[in-house]
Amino acid sequence: MDILNDIPWMLIAASIAKTLFLIFGVVLPIVSYTVYAERRVSALIQDRLGPNRTGFPISLFGFEKDLQLYLGGLGQPIADAVKFLLKEEFTPAHVNKFYFWLAPVLAMVPALSTLAVLPFGNYLFGQKMVVADVNVGILYVFAIASVGVYGIVLAGWSSNSKYPFLGSIRASSQMISYELSLGLSAVPVLMIIGNLNLSQAIQYQIDNGWLLLPFTDGSLTLREILLWIPVLISFVIFTISMFAETNRLPFDLPESETELVAGYHTEYSAMKFALFFLGEYAAMIAGSSIIVVLFLGGWHIPFLPINTLESSTTPGGIALGFLHITAFFAKVVGILIFFIWVRWTLPRFRFDQLMKLGWLYLFEIALVNIFITAAILALVK
Amino acid sequence: MAYTVRRPNLTFWEKLYLPNIVAGLAITFNHLKKMLKGETKVVMQYPEEKWDSHLPEYYRGAPTLVTDEHGRERCVSCQLCEFICPPRAIKITPGSLPSDSKFAKVEKAPEAFDIDMSRCIYCGLCEEVCPEQAIYLRKDYAVTGESRADMVHHKAKLYELGGTMPGLVHKWNPDK
Repeated sequence: MDILNDIPWMLIAASIAKTLFLIFGVVLPIVSYTVYAERRVSALIQDRLGPNRTGFPISLFGFEKDLQLYLGGLGQPIADAVKFLLKEEFTPAHVNKFYFWLAPVLAMVPALSTLAVLPFGNYLFGQKMVVADVNVGILYVFAIASVGVYGIVLAGWSSNSKYPFLGSIRASSQMISYELSLGLSAVPVLMIIGNLNLSQAIQYQIDNGWLLLPFTDGSLTLREILLWIPVLISFVIFTISMFAETNRLPFDLPESETELVAGYHTEYSAMKFALFFLGEYAAMIAGSSIIVVLFLGGWHIPFLPINTLESSTTPGGIALGFLHITAFFAKVVGILIFFIWVRWTLPRFRFDQLMKLGWLYLFEIALVNIFITAAILALVK
Repeated sequence: MAYTVRRPNLTFWEKLYLPNIVAGLAITFNHLKKMLKGETKVVMQYPEEKWDSHLPEYYRGAPTLVTDEHGRERCVSCQLCEFICPPRAIKITPGSLPSDSKFAKVEKAPEAFDIDMSRCIYCGLCEEVCPEQAIYLRKDYAVTGESRADMVHHKAKLYELGGTMPGLVHKWNPDK
């Protein structure tokens, strides 16, 4: 019985509650509505309207007409989900069944796992709003996020078909090229913060102003202005690499509809395809969350009081806690909309251009940027 | 023979690529803004707004049968349209006029006239070939049905859609 008493039940229960809230309460709704936003924004950019009239199909149950509430098409993600669930799950005869089934899972799981270390809010109900407050936070994120490529590679290989195969080859080489600059561009940030823990990264930004907007703490020193230069370079490279890492246009060569049918998920249908789709968008959310945590102050709202562990159970503290969570996801949604905006602006890179950009420019600039940061940190106190 | 593609000489800022990305983002953002403000009006909200009033005179919608100003069927069931129809959508059962009609000895009329709208390609050859100007492509374009049988327009439906077409048939008209 002693063993049972030693198990920290409260901690486990809190972790499970936070995980469930994060995945089912926040991330999956954001994923489905990002897909919707993608369709609406792309339509508006192209002078169309997009899905704006999905109603309730009660005529299926014998009613005269469908129920048409004015939702602006907000029912579309639900309709999409129902469609994916009801479609035929077709497995072609020529595929390697085991890996064919494993690949969609491997595409989805890493994207969701990275969310574990992200501090998505301050204290609430006496709990720190992060599932796992580990000290190697950012390393964990890079390690897990790079596992995501296995889903794509396995999908392409097990499909036993030329277009998925080409798509997965492209995905693997692209991921390897851009992970370098992704990691290297995060190094200056970590040097400035002096910690790998993502909660500590936010704490640093609360004390000294957001890295990208160093005046948010109300003061601007010479050191902050000088550090602004490498941080801006880091931010641009990190964002570009994140586009490549999440296979978004202009780096969507693994999928490239116009060249490879649908790339690595050509042979997939129904829920298995939906898992790739969800995984891709969940990876986008994870990526934008990291951008928010590293550069945009995480959940912090400037000039607003901050909860402590004690005050987080009072009514005011609860309101503030929820406000901070909202602020974090508002920032994430802002970055996601930027992702969408870029996607519908830029054409796709050619593969050699993609490789050249990754290896000859971003990699070198990120490397030099580390030395610039080190010099500033050493010389200017 | 080898052919050298001339590449444009890019300036430094063009090579940097980032300013052009920002310019592109500005263009797409302007499109988005104009759509949100309602300044761009391209899309028609279909079931509520229809383009019926904008249809040109020569619009080829669903084929229909017409009667003349005296209510006589123009079709004499010569079956030319049935023979020319490329997707074989038309099926005519020729018949006679009732014997008490004063035109019974002059001409014939179709006993049944079916156009399968799931086959019709709206080419207008039936209208073109008809010697009696009995078949016209009118402006109905939303032809729907819940079964294949629903999609067949029978004689009554064709006359209902067609209405009357007054005036002399070309072959009796000295001006044409």
